[in-house]
Amino acid sequence: MSNENPNDLKYTKTHEWVRDNGDGTVTVGITDHAQELLGDVVYVELPEVESELTAEENCGVIESVKAASDMYAPLEGEVTEVNEELDGEPELINSAAFGEGWIFSMKLKSMDDLDELMDADAYESFCQE
Amino acid sequence: MSQSSQQPQRTPLYEKHLESGGKMVDFAGWEMPINYGSQVKEHKQVREDAGMFDVSHMVVLDFKGAEVKAFLQKLLANDVARLKDAGKALYSGMLNKQGGVIDDLIVYYLADDFYRVVVNAATRENDLKWINSQMAAFDLTLTERDDLSMIAVQGPSARGKVVSLLSEADAKVASDLKIFFGAQLGDLFVARTGYTGEDGFEIILPNQQVADFWGQLIDAGVKPIGLGARDTLRLEAGMNLYGTDMDEGISPLQAGMAWTIAWEPTERDFNGRAALEKEKMEGSKSKLVGLVLEDKGVLRGHQKVITSHGEGEITSGSFSPTIGKSIALARIPSETQDNCFVEIRGKQLAVKIVKPPFVRNGKVLI
Repeated sequence: MSNENPNDLKYTKTHEWVRDNGDGTVTVGITDHAQELLGDVVYVELPEVESELTAEENCGVIESVKAASDMYAPLEGEVTEVNEELDGEPELINSAAFGEGWIFSMKLKSMDDLDELMDADAYESFCQE
Repeated sequence: MSQSSQQPQRTPLYEKHLESGGKMVDFAGWEMPINYGSQVKEHKQVREDAGMFDVSHMVVLDFKGAEVKAFLQKLLANDVARLKDAGKALYSGMLNKQGGVIDDLIVYYLADDFYRVVVNAATRENDLKWINSQMAAFDLTLTERDDLSMIAVQGPSARGKVVSLLSEADAKVASDLKIFFGAQLGDLFVARTGYTGEDGFEIILPNQQVADFWGQLIDAGVKPIGLGARDTLRLEAGMNLYGTDMDEGISPLQAGMAWTIAWEPTERDFNGRAALEKEKMEGSKSKLVGLVLEDKGVLRGHQKVITSHGEGEITSGSFSPTIGKSIALARIPSETQDNCFVEIRGKQLAVKIVKPPFVRNGKVLI
């Protein structure tokens, strides 16, 4: 079932993925591995646009049929956009974790912070620990 | 209770679950499938067509002997004297002297000297200890049927699919079974019972035959369903889960099980009767109700319920795939009539109190 973790993304230990949009913003979602552990997602509590987040701050909740699971800000920055589609179709997180199931975008305080996150290979081995 | 510290046990269908991609988890000391991919899809499969559950971990107990009826009349809060036709089944609580629920079970009346009882897997050791302690004064024998497995086939097209696999004579008997009746058909004991709120059969059969029969059911279009969907289906059906919605410290009056207490005849002195009569006279302090969350979010077990008469607690909660909202069973102060609030992550969300079931035979009832 589990998809390859895309090489162009960065990853956190709390199973978020981070895409560099090249304009000072990043898009954040949860990995395919994470959605598989959660099972059917039925509700997502999104962060608020314009909220300021610090790295590893609790910024939302993903509720699956099985359990509620916290979501964390990968790095410090400000939320610029959230995926409103998830309100009506939370299952996008299951069907397209790395695509249409994205959760929010944020403007990072410093793009250099991205270097602190894992690349696909490191995340892969992290999941196998 | 369960042998969780030991190696988990496997049912004869273990290999079949792996073949179907079952994600195996520990349940009461058994390695069982939680789902085969998507719990929500499996849930809908049962509501709309036909699905099957391996419930071989459940415990089949055969009671035989001259005094079996008298014994069960003492052991159970419901009255087996209500069972007048062979094959008829009854749902009951088995209570301790304080009126607390030791387990909930189904008893089948097969003959005057033969009743079959099915109890929960998680409570096996405790149930057997209690039953054995109560048997001494009666002339009967108890056989644990570990040689038998059990499959529940549930959904609007479940019965038709099962019947298609039977011989002409057996098919006729199975098709004619009324709700809550069972019949022995060769090696198969087929009963029109279940734990989903849908029509269907529960089939008890020898361990050696169960994998083959499971395969035949798959070929007939019945999909395997995991314990995850079993839980959301039974919650929608407003059916209690032992250990979650009630336990030894909770009386049936506080567990939505008042209908399973046979008060008449008054001279039947079943275990827990005196305690229940006292509680009934004084009034129960709490009751089990259904809750519906109109807002977004998911009700979960142990969340706090705030009412104008004090606090209560959610016993079972989940997202309801059929309704598209979150639902729960909750134990709240008896006086509560109005709507109340549930605390989720520090926020108080309004919930509506309803009378379960939430869903029956595919239809939303709330």
